Amino acid sequence: MDFNFSAIVDSKDFLLEGLKYSLTLTLFATFFGIVFGTLLALARLSSIKPLNLAASAYVNLFRSVPLLLVIFWFYILVPLISGVQVGADKSAYITFAIFEAAYFCEIIRAGIQSISRGQVSAGQAMGFTYAQNMRYVILPQAFRNVVPLLLTQTIILFQDTSLVYVVGATDLLGAASKIANRDYIPVEMYVTVAVIYFTISFVLSRLVKRLHTAIAVIR
Amino acid sequence: MGQYQWNWGIILEEVYGTGEYYYQWLITGLGWTVATALSAWVIALILGSLIGTVRTMPNKWLAGLATAYVELFRNIPLIVQLFLWFFVLPEVLPEQMGTWMKQDMPMPEFITAVIGLGLFTSARVAEQVRTGIMALPRGQRYAGQALGFTLGQTYRYVLLPMAFRIVIPPLTSEFMNVFKNSAVALAIGVTELTFQMRQITGEYAPGNPIEVMTMVSVIYLIMAFSVNRLMAFIERRAQVPGYISGGSK
Repeated sequence: MDFNFSAIVDSKDFLLEGLKYSLTLTLFATFFGIVFGTLLALARLSSIKPLNLAASAYVNLFRSVPLLLVIFWFYILVPLISGVQVGADKSAYITFAIFEAAYFCEIIRAGIQSISRGQVSAGQAMGFTYAQNMRYVILPQAFRNVVPLLLTQTIILFQDTSLVYVVGATDLLGAASKIANRDYIPVEMYVTVAVIYFTISFVLSRLVKRLHTAIAVIR
Repeated sequence: MGQYQWNWGIILEEVYGTGEYYYQWLITGLGWTVATALSAWVIALILGSLIGTVRTMPNKWLAGLATAYVELFRNIPLIVQLFLWFFVLPEVLPEQMGTWMKQDMPMPEFITAVIGLGLFTSARVAEQVRTGIMALPRGQRYAGQALGFTLGQTYRYVLLPMAFRIVIPPLTSEFMNVFKNSAVALAIGVTELTFQMRQITGEYAPGNPIEVMTMVSVIYLIMAFSVNRLMAFIERRAQVPGYISGGSK
């Protein structure tokens, strides 16, 4: 058993490139997931029946199937529908934004539902339209209530990006596995990525916990 | 997309040159998915309950150790954990054991997936069980002690029966997650449902991916729904009259 950990230093550029992709994908999916998720949450809480049903169906569908399955859906469907070979790296952006929106939707919905009815009435009494009421009264409070949950979901999302490896994308795990196969150093590579994932997720989850107590104290 | 040739009957067709049918492949896949998920769930439930309970114990050392376990398994992606068990563990073990794992262990992919998924899920179950115990009023613990119960008896007869009822809803989602997460086992070669789908849409019937993907998705939906109903049934049966009202009717 002799391990060659110096090989990691040699391949650090490629690994960093992979990590950069993982982080970009995480940020992209978080941003668009929250935007779509908010719209979905509004639709789920809307009194317009068809809108409500469509949003519920969307959310329940994506929450009932494995992310891995959805990754394959879009990997196959995007080129089929668009007629362009976009490749695994790019189709993952669409996959994650669409998939994560369902999860963010449920968090944001819980946030909106935690706001007391009186706030809605107060906004209406001020003569706000629905959009104004949401924009200035409800959503700012709702988001504030669920910031820790949204951040926790982002950490889970970061870990989930490792699944794009299965369609051959070069994320952190994908990069590590390519080097592992090329230089035949699987032990060194997989231990390294495990440590990287752990460090990032652990530190972030600690920060979220701290933020959570800070917000709780203010209230 | 205009010239897509729909063929919903693809599933009943024979896989070219094998004498087998596509639906047989999907059934095999379903079998492995259910076997992996259920076996992993047994590990997760037993180990998770144990570790979650230990985290609430007065002994600081034990509780700290249990917390470390949970943090370790929660902060590494499942697929990376499976790789560690499958590719790394045999190399770092003493040579004989490593060789045995690589050559003589029966069903290496399946067993690795069950253990990996089981341990991964156990950390999540532990977190839920701990939350359930913490949600009980402090008086319950004192009441047990006042009755002269030992620590073990207090947990066994007072705290855990109530805590488990409280955590049935979050455990329901974890149980559903086990089924979904079992798809990750394809990365180490378990021929479960998503693996079969990739196989069929990739090499064997690349002309009809939408039909196959739809059917596989429907199977996952049915599984999720069944687990959900099963847990709702258990929740109803376990209800303490007039104390904790069931979440789903």
